[in-house]
Amino acid sequence: MGTVGTGTAPGRGLTWSLRGRGPDDVPVPADEGPPGGLPARQATGRGVRVCVVDSGVELDHPLVGPVESSWVVVKDPESGAVTVEPTGTGDTCGHGTACAGIIRRTAPDCEIHSVRVLGERFSGTGEVLMAGLRWAVEQRFDVVNLSLSTTRTRFAPELHGLADRAYFGRTVIVASAHNTPVESFPWRFASVISVGSHQEDDELHLYNPEPPVEFFGPGQNVSVPWLGGRTIRTTGNSFATPYVAGLCARVLSGHPRMTAFQLKNALYLSAANVHADPRPSTAAGDTRDDSEN
Amino acid sequence: MLTSPSFHAPGDAARHELLQSVVDVARAIFGAAASSVCLLDEEADELVFQAVSGEGEAFLVGRRFPAGRGIAGWVATSGEPMVVDDLSRNSSFDRSLAESTEYVPDALMAAPLISESRVLGVLEVLDPSPRRGRASVSWTCWRCSPGRRRRRCGCSPRTRRPPADGAWRANAARTHWSCSAAWSDCCGARAEGPYAGASRGSDGRFRRAGAG
Repeated sequence: MGTVGTGTAPGRGLTWSLRGRGPDDVPVPADEGPPGGLPARQATGRGVRVCVVDSGVELDHPLVGPVESSWVVVKDPESGAVTVEPTGTGDTCGHGTACAGIIRRTAPDCEIHSVRVLGERFSGTGEVLMAGLRWAVEQRFDVVNLSLSTTRTRFAPELHGLADRAYFGRTVIVASAHNTPVESFPWRFASVISVGSHQEDDELHLYNPEPPVEFFGPGQNVSVPWLGGRTIRTTGNSFATPYVAGLCARVLSGHPRMTAFQLKNALYLSAANVHADPRPSTAAGDTRDDSEN
Repeated sequence: MLTSPSFHAPGDAARHELLQSVVDVARAIFGAAASSVCLLDEEADELVFQAVSGEGEAFLVGRRFPAGRGIAGWVATSGEPMVVDDLSRNSSFDRSLAESTEYVPDALMAAPLISESRVLGVLEVLDPSPRRGRASVSWTCWRCSPGRRRRRCGCSPRTRRPPADGAWRANAARTHWSCSAAWSDCCGARAEGPYAGASRGSDGRFRRAGAG
């Protein structure tokens, strides 16, 4: 959606400053407000490309709808080469289908793409996840849903670099926090939108004032599509994540020029627990509200 | 990792006994129909039943299935636990695999067995007892009878909402320790089975009778 370069080298000579250039040289068109200042229509995710990096997505599931493209990461057992290839195999266990279904019901008009990083042989699981995520970032998807993480620290530096690259390239990685208290990646990085579960029945999201997990979404007893065109109910951060990914798709469809940091701020401002409460006055014992500010 | 599901060496018998006690206790704690431990055979890319308690106990040990398949496969590859309900109504979750074990559960909990970032296998609990407060049934307390529930716990079965004081919380496992803050106030629950005589503290952990 964005067109910002993702390279790490300075564009004009070896400087990171704006030497010799002024504001007119770096114009940034901001998103227009809604026409006539009226409230915007409900955004549906139209025009936003979302990639589900998971176990694949079942084709023709009625609760998922069209899957624009399906890919699989394959590792050659002999050469060790890792490639991303088109596939028609759908989903190997149901997890990716569940994530895609939650994205679909949250942002019904978005484009869903799938890259399968699970379901093949175990060797190099972290490597395959890495390759799938790297591929998704290179394809410049607007939103990448990653309800997975790796506990293997040797992948952490490369994942960190990839997450930062996605952040500046306007590919928003929405990453699930691990369900158990272990160190894993990339959800720990500030350049992704990290998601855990809350226990409310309602579909809402919360901001966590105590990161590293930044947002909570509905992840308990969630009805999700599963293999064979059916549904099940399940629990876990994996299912809170696509809800937030769907919200990102909706926001981006209404505000296509948003950067990743603006998007994170939009999620913060719209979180159910973020309120403009009366501010405490500097005078002890005195409080005032925000009505005149 | 594993080359054979059978136990030949002297240490294997001790390991089998340990795994069997794990699944027996897991099944007892959750009041479940079955519990099992499958370990990963990386070479064959298969999961192998190593210990089973309850349904399938007589014949499942040693049986193998593809490691990338089904919920256990996802848990093994992702290293994440998973809780699923309504499986039997939705027969496709990998019914062929479930039927090969001659038991199709309605619900299951699966957790990875992890050692130093490596997934060794999967611990599963099939059909944990609804009586013990699974949130999928309602916000019930496994010890409080329905007539006493509101008065004693303040939970609301009709709306499935926890009381405002936050004393109730359905956790990921949705087991009977979902009452997180006020066990003694709520029901004074005591454990059964192998933990008879123990009670749960506010943190959900068992405490032996008489212990702080």
